[in-house]
This record gives sequence, structure tokens and C-alpha cells, in this order.
Amino acid sequence: MELFVDAWLWLTNPENYTSEGSVIQRSLEHLAYTSIVVVLAAAIAIPLGFFIGHTGRGRRWAVGVAGAARALPTFGLLLYLVLLLGVERRAIAAVIALVLLAIPPLLAGAYTGVDQIDRRTLDAARAQGMTGGQVLWRVEIPLALPLIVGGLRSAVLQVVATVTLIAYVGLGGLGYDIIQGIPLRHFDQMIGSALVIVLLALLLDALFAAMTRVVTPKGVRSAGGEDIRAREGSRRALTRAR
Amino acid sequence: MQWVGNNLGLVAELTLAHIALSIPPIVLGGLLSIPIGWLAFRFPTWRGSVLGVVGVLYTIPSLALFVLLPPLFGFPILSELNVIVALVIYAVAIMVRSVSDGFASIDAGSLRAATAVGYGPWQRFFQVELPLAGPVLLAGLRVVSVSTVSLVTVGVLVGVKSLGYLFTDGFQRRIEAEIVTGIVMTLVVALIFDVLLLALGRALMPWSLLAKSRLRANEAV
Repeated sequence: MELFVDAWLWLTNPENYTSEGSVIQRSLEHLAYTSIVVVLAAAIAIPLGFFIGHTGRGRRWAVGVAGAARALPTFGLLLYLVLLLGVERRAIAAVIALVLLAIPPLLAGAYTGVDQIDRRTLDAARAQGMTGGQVLWRVEIPLALPLIVGGLRSAVLQVVATVTLIAYVGLGGLGYDIIQGIPLRHFDQMIGSALVIVLLALLLDALFAAMTRVVTPKGVRSAGGEDIRAREGSRRALTRAR
Repeated sequence: MQWVGNNLGLVAELTLAHIALSIPPIVLGGLLSIPIGWLAFRFPTWRGSVLGVVGVLYTIPSLALFVLLPPLFGFPILSELNVIVALVIYAVAIMVRSVSDGFASIDAGSLRAATAVGYGPWQRFFQVELPLAGPVLLAGLRVVSVSTVSLVTVGVLVGVKSLGYLFTDGFQRRIEAEIVTGIVMTLVVALIFDVLLLALGRALMPWSLLAKSRLRANEAV
């Protein structure tokens, strides 16, 4: 417990907020990497997931790739890419490794989001005279949105957790004081930074939980608002209900 | 490839260490989650808080957990116990939700039928509920297995040797082949565990193959 007191003293030490490499600066670096990575990964994975869910093509392929990617150790990939691209391009290497980490949950969210829509809803939309584009923008996307946001939530949490590791290759982020502190046994800065990372992760999780609720269309209760991690169960519940 | 040939002993030793670190979290996490997940399913009033706590645990980054656990539990940061306890926590965090979903997926009629033919609560749990929830539990355990095998590598940052050692050592010595070997072997271990879990599922639940094809037929409707 003493160590937590030390960590608290470290966290409340004004010096750690004004000097080079302050907690604020590290948090901003952490958030900057997280947002760049998630935006890039979303730009790739969400349209792809939509395509797969919409056409049903490449379904097996997507499930397989997503499963295999989950087994890929991001830390190893990060170090390999840094050696491959050269140390001066290590930021690019880190972004690539993290984008690969973020793609599977986003792909799964977009894919299941579209795939779980009842075919009859789409038939009804078409029967009312909606064009393909209208069906996509006014029926499919709103109905898929809660699961897409669920995918975003998983991706953001995984990326926030893993950005901690980029300090190992000399990039910043909140992992810096942990990784630098381990050999020096500076427990105050290690525990202090760890607590800040946990806090950041919890805040982002709460933000996305609130967002999931906001984007759930009115009148959709059964399928929407679920965390992506529950999709196995919700999909089962759906098939059972039919 | 030359590096691998010259270091077969090291790779084998680290692979075994990696497997030894991965098994306890998967087994313990799986066993601990069954009662917790069942409680979350059985008592809807607790459900929110149990799943909430579990969700919070899941959001804690692994490196942060490796740093926070030693002062909480009083073991040294460089111990294998540290990595194992942290990974058990993750395993529980992933698995409790699957367990709760698994029990929720059981048809209430089957449970009433079991009670009607005279099953007691314990007997019903072990002979009806657990087997019927089995396929969902297995799906959860496969996710736990894959993520555990991958996360063990991070333990090298706090000095616990696994295949992750090939990442840091290869990075410091600038040997790309060493890192690639570490990545490939991690994937191989994850694949072997997955195949073993699938085989276990098939042996324990021979009916689940049938159920899966029926599920697919339902989906097509």
C-alpha cells in the first residue's frame, strides 16, 4: 500500500505536470496515437465489413482472418516492423501494427451489424420503393450502428491498452514511465502511470457505452445496444426468436 | 532460417515456458468463470454489477496490470505468478460474459422438463444446464485461449521469459529472424491450443455438431 502512496505523491507532484514528458503530455500522445490508429482502421474495416455483411461474400474469409489476427502478438509485430522500416520510421511501424490489431473488432462489428438485420425488414424497405442507396443509408446503416459502435468500443479499448507498448521503441505515450521505470525500479512512476492508463480506458469505455445508447434507433430494443463482446449470445437469441 | 537452426534449443525452451505460462490462466479462468457467470445469469439483479465489474477488469491494459498487481498482492514484479494472476483476471473478464450468455441460451422448456422428470438442482446443473451451455462456453474458452497465448508475450517486459523474449532480444540485437520466429511460434502455440479445445469439445459434446448445422439451417430461414 505504501507503493500506492508513493504513486499518489508522484501523480500529485506539480513537477510531473510542467516538465518535459509530463503526465498531460504523455496522455495526449497516448490519445493521439489511439485516435489516428482507430480512424485509419475504421476507414478500412467498416466499409469492408459492410460489404461482407451486405453481399455475404467473403464471410468465411473474414471470420478466419479476424480469428487469426487475434492470435497475432502485437508487441512482436511492432518490434519486427520497426526493424523492417528502420528506427527513424518507427512511428509508422507502430501505427501499422496497431491498425492490424484494431481491424478485427471493427470488421466484426460492421459485419454482424449488417448481417443481423432481418431480411424481411430490407424486403419491406424495397417494397415501399426505396432505392438501393436509400435502403443502405436509411435502413441498413441505422440498424447496424449500435453494433458498429460496439466494434469501435472494443477496438478503442484494445488500442489504448496496446499503445502502452510503443514506448519500448522510444515513442511516447503513458507506457513511457512504466517501461522506463521497470529496470530502475521506480515504482511510483510505474504505478502512477498505470493508474492513469486505467482511468483513461475507463473514461473511453464509458464514453462509448453512452454513444451506443445514443445511436440505437428508437423502436429497436431486441438487437441494439449490445456490447460487441456479447454478440455470440445476441445472435443466438436472435436466431432463437425467429 | 539460419538463426533458427543455431538456436533450436532456445526456441524449444521458450516455447515450453510459454505453454507452461498459458495453461494455468486458461484452466483457472475457465473454472472460476462458471460459478460467477452462472450467478450473473441466475440473479438478474446482480447481473448488471457482475458484468460491469468484469467489463472494467477487461479494460485494464496488461502492462498496467502487471505493474499494479505486485503491490496489491505482495508478490515480486518479476515473478511468473504475477503474469499468471493477471492473465487469470483477463480470462475471467472475457469468459464470465460467455458463461452467462451460454446459460441464457438454454431453452427454458428443457430445464422444466428436467425438473419434471425428477432432477435435483445440482444434478440438473451438471447433467442438463452445463452440457447445454457447453458450445457457448467452448466458444468463450477459445477466445480466452487465443488472447492468453498472445498476452503472455508482454510478460517479457516485466522480465518473465516466454516467446516474447525472442521479440526483445531480437530487437536489441537487430535480428529480424528471431522476432519472426517468436511471432510464428506464438501463432503455432495458439493454433495447437485451439485445435485441442475443439477436439475436447467434440469429445465432450458430440451433439454440438448437429446443433450447429441446425442453427445454420435456422439462420437461412
